[in-house]
Amino acid sequence: MARFLSPLDSQFRSTTCSITSQSPTLSRNVEYMTFFYCITLKNNDSLCSVMNVEILSRIQFSLTAAFHYIYPPMTIGLGVLLVLMEGLYIKTKNPLFHHLAHFWTKIFGLVFAIGVATGIVMEFEFGTNWAAYSRFVGDIFGSALAAEGIFAFFLESGFLALLLFGWDKVGPKMHFFSTCMVALGAHFSAVWIIVANSWMQTPAGYHLEKIVGSVHTPIPAGYVVQAEDVGHVRAVVDNFWDMVLNPSTIDRLTHTVLGAWLTGSFLIISISAWYLLKGKHKQFAKASITVAVVFAAFTSVLQMISADSTARSVVKNQPIKLAAMEGIYKTEDATPLTLFGTVDTTTQTVSGPKIPGLLSFLCFHDFKTPVVGLNDLPDDAFLSARHPDLSKEQLASVRPTYWPMVNATFQLYHIMIIVGSALFGIAFLALILLRKGLLFRTDLPAIRAFLWLLVFSVLGPQIANQAGWFTAELGRQPWIVYNLLRTSHGLSRAVEANQVVFSIILFALIYILLFITFIYLLNKKIQHGPVDDEGHHTKALGVDSEDIFSKQARA
Amino acid sequence: MHLPDLNTVWFLLVGVLFTGYAILDGFDLGVGILHLFVKKDHDRRLLLNSIGPVWDGNEVWLVTGGGALFAAFPGAYATVFSGFYNAFMLLLVALIFRAVAIEFRSKETGKTWRLAWDIAFSLGSFLAALLIGVAMGNITRGIPLNAEGDYAGTFIGLLNPYSVLLGLTVVALFAMHGAIYLVLKTEGDLQAEIRGWVPKLISLFLALFILFNVATFFECSNLVSVMKERPYGFVVLLLDIAIALSIPKIIRSGNEFGAFLASCLTMVLLMAVLGISYFPNLVISHPDVASSLTVYNVASSQKTLANMLVIAVIGVPIVLAYTASIYWIFRGKTRIGHVGY
Repeated sequence: MARFLSPLDSQFRSTTCSITSQSPTLSRNVEYMTFFYCITLKNNDSLCSVMNVEILSRIQFSLTAAFHYIYPPMTIGLGVLLVLMEGLYIKTKNPLFHHLAHFWTKIFGLVFAIGVATGIVMEFEFGTNWAAYSRFVGDIFGSALAAEGIFAFFLESGFLALLLFGWDKVGPKMHFFSTCMVALGAHFSAVWIIVANSWMQTPAGYHLEKIVGSVHTPIPAGYVVQAEDVGHVRAVVDNFWDMVLNPSTIDRLTHTVLGAWLTGSFLIISISAWYLLKGKHKQFAKASITVAVVFAAFTSVLQMISADSTARSVVKNQPIKLAAMEGIYKTEDATPLTLFGTVDTTTQTVSGPKIPGLLSFLCFHDFKTPVVGLNDLPDDAFLSARHPDLSKEQLASVRPTYWPMVNATFQLYHIMIIVGSALFGIAFLALILLRKGLLFRTDLPAIRAFLWLLVFSVLGPQIANQAGWFTAELGRQPWIVYNLLRTSHGLSRAVEANQVVFSIILFALIYILLFITFIYLLNKKIQHGPVDDEGHHTKALGVDSEDIFSKQARA
Repeated sequence: MHLPDLNTVWFLLVGVLFTGYAILDGFDLGVGILHLFVKKDHDRRLLLNSIGPVWDGNEVWLVTGGGALFAAFPGAYATVFSGFYNAFMLLLVALIFRAVAIEFRSKETGKTWRLAWDIAFSLGSFLAALLIGVAMGNITRGIPLNAEGDYAGTFIGLLNPYSVLLGLTVVALFAMHGAIYLVLKTEGDLQAEIRGWVPKLISLFLALFILFNVATFFECSNLVSVMKERPYGFVVLLLDIAIALSIPKIIRSGNEFGAFLASCLTMVLLMAVLGISYFPNLVISHPDVASSLTVYNVASSQKTLANMLVIAVIGVPIVLAYTASIYWIFRGKTRIGHVGY
């Protein structure tokens, strides 16, 4: 039980901190016991039920968000590549590129459908599971979400009709335009949802107000939201553009979109590499992999720049998150970077190989400046504002309740970094082999091995995306809106634990079914392959002789 | 004459988005409800292809409507979505299943595979229409709210006969709307068959709708007293019934598109009656009317309502323009070609 709970423990700490503020270790033991007690004895005590609903709602949100996020990065990335391929077709009139666009559009359509179906869940969940949060942030978060609907979803889904079904209905230029609009819509969608999420990470352009009856009173900055304020205090927008362009929006948007581009590229690289290994659809696979490898190499350079900028923005905006990501407890000059290892949260040490001063350099572009450690975060002023009657020593003992789960954040972050770096290397190796004319030499064992690596590389961006998002969201705990609203204060009061259990089971079963079906159909599409092959390109314009639908139409 | 305040404007805009959803997703949910009544595999594929290019765009109206409700009236969004938790989870399941069923169904030729996804598509569509109706029924009737503005009833309480009646009415309405859409998109024997269903579905809808109005008279004293102050509401209501009654005649005259427009207008007027009888409430609290959520007590700040209005004024005309163009490009009878389901 304790092992199962460990990635989610920060919330228990925060909820029970008032009871056991003396020692973090003691407090943690009490948390597990309390939770265990709640689960096994079905205790209806209000603390227990709040904890249950909270932990269950977090599990549900992470489950549904993580599953949903398998798909949008593929459509965002494939969208750009479809624009490239169709653009090349318009420019060169080479029917091969038309082929490429046609086949990858079919993959796009399958991915898109599941993305849409699982995406609606996300919008509902803010209201169903996080009603108090929705009331608190509606003035800000709601407008970003509505803008996403108006600017992104309509554009994407409207032109998708032409992208998927319009090959014969409109001319090539109009079809190309539709492809551009779908890709643009997918990116707008990323823009608005990242705006909303970044505001939760680094709130800006707002003030708080208290609502009593119909009277709304502005609250001065620095006010600490208390449990009893929930439902009576909310954030209100001061400046729309400060809200949209809050301190982390640009970095996080760039980082996420580039991650999505890599996801789309490696999907194409993987499937094309498999065709090369099997000796099928060679000309098609060569063209696809060339476009995708060039694009992946280009994107992974940008991603390195973006990663650097994002990390430095986290140091500035969310130092606690950064300290947890790197497992830094003590503030030291020339802070080392741990390449990989484990954080022992009891002894507050990190095992594993370290490079002296490198973290300082990455954070501040200077090998000396210390990175502030968790033992100094959050600072005493922040803590005493929240615990006015505690002494300095007592403040030190409540400090850990403001930390995320350090080891989990550390591991997830390092997974992202390691996988991301590997992808960078793979993309460049592929590019070099391509330039040297070796990538298609399937007669060479080393090349075959590398192509097999490429087949499996499709998992890389997916792992990095998920690990990155979990780092960002776990690293923000115990806050749902950073330093403003606690996650435990954002819940729906009208919802009970059994309802959330019911919906988690429901979604888990459906998502397993969906995922199996998705993989089955994707595999089928891959096995079926692109419509036409070597020597028959010209025939393919608008006529898919092997299309499964026309076969059934004749039957 | 004074201009309406921003809260009223947003009441209208959210109403417009949900009306757009009812009109557009209404017909593809309707096609789903009727799907199993069409027996031949080729005909079922025609049905799927008739909505193929547009169904997910239609569903976006729900997403955007929900987003607009969240942005303009977060208190109402939070109360309704958390209060109707189980019902909305089932709605999500229904929407997921019908969405993927459309995509998956024709990708395999096996009989069992196709039947399974046919059932998922049809049942999902039916359940979605029913749950939307039941949710609207509870909103019309009023739900118990506590002083904090949270739902204070039970899931079973949502399944009261009045709300279930509206649920069934919506199923009939969408089935009618879907059938009229299919008359527009099909030809030959299939069209003749569906054409035969239209008058029956209209009768079914009107019977349920009139029954619902009678029930409203007894069940929702609040709405009735509001309607008495706004007698033009009754005019809209009668006009609505008259238009629904005229649809079979329009179809007989061969004006298939006119019939579809009339069906759309039926839904617009229906939503208008709801809006007229409901304003300025968003969620009526029953029995404690004082706790009701209105466009004034759960709205976002004036600044946000104004910002959002700018977004809507820029975005909505563009959306309408390209949505209309896409419908225009896909006009005419549906045929099964080399792309599609």
